[in-house]
Amino acid sequence: MSSTRAPSAEPDAIVAVPVRHWGRWLSGVVVVLLVVWLVWSALRSGFVDAGQVRHYLFSPLILQGLRATVVLAVLAQATGIVLGVVFAVMRLSKNAVAAWVAGAYIWFFRGTPVLVQLFFWYNGVPSIFKSIDVTVPFTHTTLYSARMVDFMTPFMAAFLGLALNEGAYMAEIVRAGISSVDQGQVEAAQALGMTPLLTMRRIVLPQAMRVIVPPTGNEFISMLKTTSLASAITYGELLRRSSDIYSTNLQVVPLLVVASIWYLALTTVASGGQYLLERRFGQASSSRRRRRP
Amino acid sequence: MTAMVRAERVRKSFGRVEALRGVDLTVQPGEVAVIIGPSGSGKSTFLRCINHLEQISGGRLWVDGELVGYRQDGDRLHELREREVAGRRAAIGMVFQRFNLFPHMTVLQNVTEAPVRVKRIAVDRARETALRLLDRVGLAGKVDSYPGELSGGQQQRVAIARALAMEPKLMLFDEPTSALDPELVGEVLAVMRDLAADGMTMIVVTHEMGFAREVGHHLVFMDEGAVVEEGPPREVFADPREPRTRAFLSKVL
Repeated sequence: MSSTRAPSAEPDAIVAVPVRHWGRWLSGVVVVLLVVWLVWSALRSGFVDAGQVRHYLFSPLILQGLRATVVLAVLAQATGIVLGVVFAVMRLSKNAVAAWVAGAYIWFFRGTPVLVQLFFWYNGVPSIFKSIDVTVPFTHTTLYSARMVDFMTPFMAAFLGLALNEGAYMAEIVRAGISSVDQGQVEAAQALGMTPLLTMRRIVLPQAMRVIVPPTGNEFISMLKTTSLASAITYGELLRRSSDIYSTNLQVVPLLVVASIWYLALTTVASGGQYLLERRFGQASSSRRRRRP
Repeated sequence: MTAMVRAERVRKSFGRVEALRGVDLTVQPGEVAVIIGPSGSGKSTFLRCINHLEQISGGRLWVDGELVGYRQDGDRLHELREREVAGRRAAIGMVFQRFNLFPHMTVLQNVTEAPVRVKRIAVDRARETALRLLDRVGLAGKVDSYPGELSGGQQQRVAIARALAMEPKLMLFDEPTSALDPELVGEVLAVMRDLAADGMTMIVVTHEMGFAREVGHHLVFMDEGAVVEEGPPREVFADPREPRTRAFLSKVL
């Protein structure tokens, strides 16, 4: 086999009749008809008064609730991430006590419903501890003192409950991230004389981010919605504000629609942010990374 | 003259498996020692003991006159703290079979990271040194690339530059060409040859018999966790005394 092959002997492009998928067409039509019928009959029944929705969407009370939801979600998630890193490192440490404490923390907070935890912080703690005093140990100097009922505001209880609960989930995510980093990376850092702390901070954690970031984005999206549980302990977030309004004017459905629209807006924005973060950190160790401009 | 590495009856066991069963070896400053032997003979384990990536379970091991991993107080041994171990390791360079470059850093950052963070050298000076070293290993043009964009041979040359940036007194090479495609082996060996010619003390675990013969000053044949035979490479290759050495060489040459 050699010599005379014409350089332009390309095979003919294929021209063929594609297989027709009649079943797909049929099922598609059925689904579209069903959806149209559902939406149309819902609208005709007038279950949601579009005017009411528009009226309340930007009302001051709702916007206050929206802000409270965002503040609570961001603070609880940020604290949860910090707690997660701390407990993940403890869980993986050679110190048996630290590892055990971290394991117990994760076991407890993942194993009980977050709503129960919120009730516990809001109702349980003030009934057990009457006051909160921050003192310098072994002296009589008091730095901060308050009655527990004053300290444990709905916000404080919601924040503590959600953050501690989130910390347990984040600890597992961070642990998975740290474990995903090749042991050879640690050895290379050690061989260069880097201490364990420096190795963790400069070599392991940055690479663990690729594994940590995507589920953390999911956690935050989930957190945005979980804050609605704080309405049960009277914290004035989005759902609480909506229900405050409909409990006086009985416009239940329009206000639930208003709350849902805002939750959807928040989670949509968060998903966009997640996408950008993943693109940024996903590159960290991808082999196809292009040179920076 | 203090030996760069002195091992006396070094033992290491992993659980019930004995990887090293009494290794005796001395490597002088400026010497290129090449360790060969069948897989599972304990070559890599011994190399990793030298910078305390593995803790020895018996015998004594000194680097440049200092016990590895311990401080001797009279006839009592004290384990060193992590920080002290790290300090000792900073003076020993190591090159791994699988390169182990930091994938989230550029080539330049890989080389400057330890000098800046561990030796606290000013960033500008560390950069200068790094550029000089990368030029020396022939990668001046890849300074801003990421390891994932380089071939295996290029990555290994960066790894050598990274180790050299710490100005080590001893370089350990753990099968540095075993993970490379055959056509890339030469470029890494050339850098190592250049380093040897410069007088660097090197301990090289390898299967490259040509390198062992031409560059090595001191050939060490290990089998079953102990040194079976050692001597000048040409002599050992030409006329191995031990039957096990002869059997091994007849398979690889």
